[in-house]
Amino acid sequence: MNGKNMRTPLGRARGLGSAKDGVHHWWMQRLTAIALVPLCLWFVASLVRVAGADHAATVAWIGSPLVAIMLILLVIAGFYHAALGLRVVIEDYVGSETVKQVTLILMQFACIALGVATVFSILKLAL
Amino acid sequence: MATFTLPRNSRITAGTTHAAATEARQPRRFRIYRYDPDSGENPRLDSYEIDLDDCGPMVLDALIKIKNEVDSGLTFRRSCREGICGSCSMNIDGTNTLACLKPIDEIKGDVRIYPLPHMEVIKDLVTDLTAAYAQLASVEPWLKTSTPAPAGEERRQSIEERERLDGLWECVLCFSCSTACPSYWWSGDRYLGPAVLLQAYRWIVDSRDESTGERLDALEDPFRLYRCHTIMNCTKTCPKGLNPARAIAEIKKLMVARR
Repeated sequence: MNGKNMRTPLGRARGLGSAKDGVHHWWMQRLTAIALVPLCLWFVASLVRVAGADHAATVAWIGSPLVAIMLILLVIAGFYHAALGLRVVIEDYVGSETVKQVTLILMQFACIALGVATVFSILKLAL
Repeated sequence: MATFTLPRNSRITAGTTHAAATEARQPRRFRIYRYDPDSGENPRLDSYEIDLDDCGPMVLDALIKIKNEVDSGLTFRRSCREGICGSCSMNIDGTNTLACLKPIDEIKGDVRIYPLPHMEVIKDLVTDLTAAYAQLASVEPWLKTSTPAPAGEERRQSIEERERLDGLWECVLCFSCSTACPSYWWSGDRYLGPAVLLQAYRWIVDSRDESTGERLDALEDPFRLYRCHTIMNCTKTCPKGLNPARAIAEIKKLMVARR
């Protein structure tokens, strides 16, 4: 029997104790999900409308204030929701602690970078 | 990383067949998982043909008949044989349930019996539930109060307060639900699982308990509580018809309510 297994079952079950965290993640995941319902419906309906438009008309559409604001809201809610969801997927399915932490960091960097790049692109067309 | 190869002892080989006696009027085949980790051999699937004309109606009746009359080496837990002790939980016909509550005639074709999924097997249908019991102890499933009990009488509870415990107190701790939960399979060392969370909720909603906040504190954790993604395997499999998924959802609502 090795040293690791000598801990009592209760000691192992208690582990490092409660993180006193998780509600914020859970609540934000629901809030962003609720926000994404109308935003996604609006986005899909809008795409259908501008599908046949030429480049100039599409750029003008993205650049109009209300559309730009809606797109930025969609991007922020979407990438925030993606980061929250991907965190859960990685925590569930990546076994190695090191790989898990590295993947989580890269995933969060990617979501923030992609989100900022998308918002910047919209602003560039709108301003 | 995720493990893509299974351990050597997960490969199940064909076992021996115990044919029914020729005079059997209603023969039925039971295919049962057999494994003795001490033997060094891989698990095998043994077949037993039983005459249902000479057997009780439940799967546990057949297991007891096999152990008594055919193969005394077959190992399983059982005690009350009426759904109260929670001992005979196992995977029957692809679903975790209590063998004593599962009628044989509800099953089509061969009756396939395996131990509870994703738990270490001690022998045959007996799994090691030590960690699950320790997780139960970790939520301190007993009344915790600072107010002394009233002299000469019990702690009082209104009828409505008592009714909140219905659907919770009936749990017999068979762990069919926890071992049906993929989150418990992947993260069982940190996620408490539906059985233990239902027990935790049973004390959280008990009007006599005075440690509700501390109980919620202990559960507020990305793994202990929030590994539940509400796929409801627990509720679907519960042999007592309880709803652990609802209990977990209620805990999550209380977590938000106290913010």
